[in-house]
Amino acid sequence: MTTAMTSTSKAVADPAGGSLRFYGVWALGIIVLIVLPMLFSSGGSLTSFSLIGIAIVFALSYNILLGQTGLLSFGHAVHYGLGGFAACHMMNAVVSHGWPIPLPFIPLFGGLGGLVFAVIIGWVMTKRAGTVFAMISLGIGELVASSSLILRSVFGGEAGITTDRTALPKLLGWSFGPQLQVYYLIAFWLVLSAIAMYALTRTPLGRICNAVRDNPERVQFIGYDPHVVRYIAFCFAGFFAGVAGGLAAINFEIANSAYLGAIQSGLVLFSTFIGGTAYFFGPILGAILVTYLQLGLTSLTTVWQLYFGIIFIGIVMYSPGGIAGLLMMHRPLIRAGTLWTVIPSYLVAIVPTVALACGVILTIETVARFSGGDPINLFGVAFNATSPVTWLTAAVLVAGGFYVARLTWRRIADAWDRAATVARDRGYLA
Amino acid sequence: MSEAVSGTTAAIEVRAVEKRFGNVGIIRDLNLSVARGERHAIIGPNGAGKSTTFNLISGHIAPTSGEVKLNGDLISGLRPFEINRRGLSRSFQVTNVFARMTVWENVRCAVLWATGHRYAFWKNVDSLPEVRERTAQILDDIHLTHRRDVPAGLLTYAEQRELEIGITIASGATVVMLDEPTAGMSHAETDRAVSLIRRLTEGKTLVIVEHDMSVVFGLADRISVLVYGHIIASGTPEEIRRDPKVKEAYLGEEAH
Repeated sequence: MTTAMTSTSKAVADPAGGSLRFYGVWALGIIVLIVLPMLFSSGGSLTSFSLIGIAIVFALSYNILLGQTGLLSFGHAVHYGLGGFAACHMMNAVVSHGWPIPLPFIPLFGGLGGLVFAVIIGWVMTKRAGTVFAMISLGIGELVASSSLILRSVFGGEAGITTDRTALPKLLGWSFGPQLQVYYLIAFWLVLSAIAMYALTRTPLGRICNAVRDNPERVQFIGYDPHVVRYIAFCFAGFFAGVAGGLAAINFEIANSAYLGAIQSGLVLFSTFIGGTAYFFGPILGAILVTYLQLGLTSLTTVWQLYFGIIFIGIVMYSPGGIAGLLMMHRPLIRAGTLWTVIPSYLVAIVPTVALACGVILTIETVARFSGGDPINLFGVAFNATSPVTWLTAAVLVAGGFYVARLTWRRIADAWDRAATVARDRGYLA
Repeated sequence: MSEAVSGTTAAIEVRAVEKRFGNVGIIRDLNLSVARGERHAIIGPNGAGKSTTFNLISGHIAPTSGEVKLNGDLISGLRPFEINRRGLSRSFQVTNVFARMTVWENVRCAVLWATGHRYAFWKNVDSLPEVRERTAQILDDIHLTHRRDVPAGLLTYAEQRELEIGITIASGATVVMLDEPTAGMSHAETDRAVSLIRRLTEGKTLVIVEHDMSVVFGLADRISVLVYGHIIASGTPEEIRRDPKVKEAYLGEEAH
């Protein structure tokens, strides 16, 4: 099935009217961002939306490296963190010197913080791609994260650098005290950054980044130095990561060493990959899902990281194109009008697959809570981790669910093959 | 042909080039001169160093000693993109395209530097008329217009070879080097490829490595025979056919 996926990822050219749909999608996104807090106005949702917005900017910046240029970084949070610190210092400087710089301009300084470090460190880092780059990024990430605890004057040690966003000059009467105003500030920068990063993919540099990703050797024989291409891409990624860090600094009114650590770097890699690196909107989906899961799961279970791991492994193994890849593989079927032949087999597969998932969850929670902990509450049904009934239920769900689910997955594969063959015959699939 | 277009300096001048990997000399005292506008074929048995010669000229590897000149300028020691910017372009024996990008994107990327857009991140790549026209022209030339939106990795082998040629000539380089462009092709595909090469390299300098002798003798103005990293003969197809050294070292053995 995975091979079918990769071969269907691109389809026939857009017909006329594509540009209307293109602007429509962007307009819709902006409208959703404006309307969202009106539909969900609780403090909790506003906080979640703000975090998701920051995560999207961060993940999109990461995809400039991973998806566009083929650079696997384990230290992208360095730019995010330094952007956060730069923003905090700038905010404090604005307050103490009385500069007329209102809060909405602060993320720009966050971006510059991320950019400056990228400009300094990037030339050496991007000399090679692949494993060499990945290892250096890991090293730099650890170096900066540990330095942040040592260099107290800049990073504030364990406590970090705190700031007060409301102390900055007001803009149009907005103090940015209430979370709603912060949300709109983040949404504004999200739109601005997303448009800029999308536009970047449509420039000569953006296309050559793709070429460097696909084949750095050949790029040299069409006149380009892959090192320079990687370096410029790295600087852009650093800038937008810094913008995200600046937004985080505004949101939390603090920057500390956790901003630039390995966990943050891992999380952005995770979001981007789960969302899908091959499409621009992939990291957006990934950032939404991962942030949402992170916020939701942490309150439900103590072993939420285990679930992250399982999801990640599942995506890597069965859908390397991420969520975006999964969605986009349906496009040729929609065009060929054969999607409806696949839907029934999806619906049939849902039941055993959900049963299997419930069994896995029950097993994990039983192990996690066996020696103490709250009783398990699985979608409203209570289970006792020490009861054999729970163990038996878990075993039946896992074994039975897996057995039946496998049959239904085969049905999907068959239905998919038939639909794809028709789509290929009709010329919607290469 | 060569007399008609040739100037005073050669397009490619290789002088006393040597390439050693450790103690092993792959290329020894290599001398080669290709006049402007000439179609020059390099032939020789497997392992003679034909691809290494290509790599040395195009900057893929640097010579241990000796010098390579392009239109009179020293290029040995320069990096591949620097040599490419001076007007030398090469293809690869093993297909070497941008697999996840479409055919259109493949050719367009190869057009960008030559049209002066370089590392520009402030221009929309879709609204550069000269880039679009040139890309469309090349796709038309290599007969891949109908496949323009297909990822290069999904093309058939023969199509990938044609795309390989398209990428090579896209920059408008005046010196084109093709490394076994017809390798693995059927007879019909080879004929197609040869007429394509003939048409697209019109007025340019062509250096070609080729195993198919009918292609070599049909296409080349001059032929150089490379044996064990050394050119043993250089001349017109007729001279090469008659050369006793060539007969002994190469043609005789393989009974062409």
